[in-house]
Amino acid sequence: MTVGLVLVSHSAKLAEGLAELAAQMAPDVPVLPVGGAPDGGLGTDYDAVGAAVDRADRGDGVVLLYDLGSARMTAELVVEGLNDPRRAHVVEAPFVEGAVAAAVAAQGGADLDGVVAAAATAAGEAGGVAGGVAGGPEAEFAAGAAAVTTAPTTEAGTPEAGGDERGPGLSAEVVLRNEVGLHARPAALLARSVADLDAEVVVEYAGAAVDARSVLALMGLNARGGDTVTVRAWGRQADQALRRVQELAERRFDE
Amino acid sequence: MTCTAEDLVRALRAVAAAVADHRAELTELDRVIGDADHGENLRRGFLAVVTKVDSADLDTPTAVLKAVGTTLISTVGGASGPLYGTAFLRAANAVTEKSEVDGPAAAEALRAALGGVVARGRAEIGDKTMVDALSPAVDAAVAAAEAGGDVAAVLAAAAEAADRGAESTTPLVARKGRASYLGERSAGHLDPGARSTALILRALASSAGAR
Repeated sequence: MTVGLVLVSHSAKLAEGLAELAAQMAPDVPVLPVGGAPDGGLGTDYDAVGAAVDRADRGDGVVLLYDLGSARMTAELVVEGLNDPRRAHVVEAPFVEGAVAAAVAAQGGADLDGVVAAAATAAGEAGGVAGGVAGGPEAEFAAGAAAVTTAPTTEAGTPEAGGDERGPGLSAEVVLRNEVGLHARPAALLARSVADLDAEVVVEYAGAAVDARSVLALMGLNARGGDTVTVRAWGRQADQALRRVQELAERRFDE
Repeated sequence: MTCTAEDLVRALRAVAAAVADHRAELTELDRVIGDADHGENLRRGFLAVVTKVDSADLDTPTAVLKAVGTTLISTVGGASGPLYGTAFLRAANAVTEKSEVDGPAAAEALRAALGGVVARGRAEIGDKTMVDALSPAVDAAVAAAEAGGDVAAVLAAAAEAADRGAESTTPLVARKGRASYLGERSAGHLDPGARSTALILRALASSAGAR
């Protein structure tokens, strides 16, 4: 079983395209696109969103993401109207990054809260990837997000500096032998390979260290084919985590 | 004078007619600072409302208002569906167990509707939204009810204040909704949501006043 996703857009094409993108990285997750108004034009359709939530729910709950304001309102109304509103959450996140992050988290077996958190933090990672946006609070936000990604976080989300009380952990140098490096699909494979382990895993490259379970953060490292990254792990299954990443790299990420 | 379920259904027909009559105007307002669908969305929504309240056997004001809310949510498509839908659902909750709505109950229903719109849209006064029409309308309605006004008087006061409130949106820079993407360029234009709110209240007031 897995948490399901419902992508609510004003446009059917936008919702479908995003579902296609998210599902590529999460083949076992129900990702349901809902786009367009009841009359087929641009807008949102309350009844269609409700039906999609029912279909996406395999018993572990549903996360809804939306594109613009009225899609949020429609999604919220649907959740409020459920017999058990706790089985679905509307997440405020960038539509594309949030959906991809949520899909990968669900694929990795995260529960409803875990998928919500993955989607909600996608905003910060996207800011880090972009390397800062000029002007105003957005630049501040992106800078803050970049600072977070250079300091690995614990499960509880507390930033910790390098050389902290966790100790150095186990580490391995891994050469990315595939052509594209930690691009979307390989990043998703890596994140999935360690998702179920009892270990904290961080990938370091060019002075940055990111959570290995976050596809977007991995992509944000911009590590290319031929580059060497350091994988560091803490916890009971730390050695297994390193082994899995090494195996994946040796298989050239199945390219 | 009070307002029964039957009176309410008649008033809703007046609203549907007013919205249809002003469809082009609402769409034109929305074309300038939004996505040009407000007139058509509301026309379709209130047409569906009339069909719904005509076909269902709704014998209390709360049942009528609830049917209006759910129908608008299902049929409108744009932001005004969830917003007006929530407004009517909250109004329905405010008049449960009443067979007739009097002046104070009408004011209370409007106040509940405003609470719903604010919660749903997260807008405040001055954001250039329907709140700018609805909020002063509620204040006026409450004052009219406290002065002993009946439903017609309360709605007339609300409609009057909503008209002025809608006009006050013209110089504002939008901070919520599609128009907010325009930033400063949204100033100088009447907000279509505030205009439709005033239109709906005016139609309700005229219907109540004509009895």
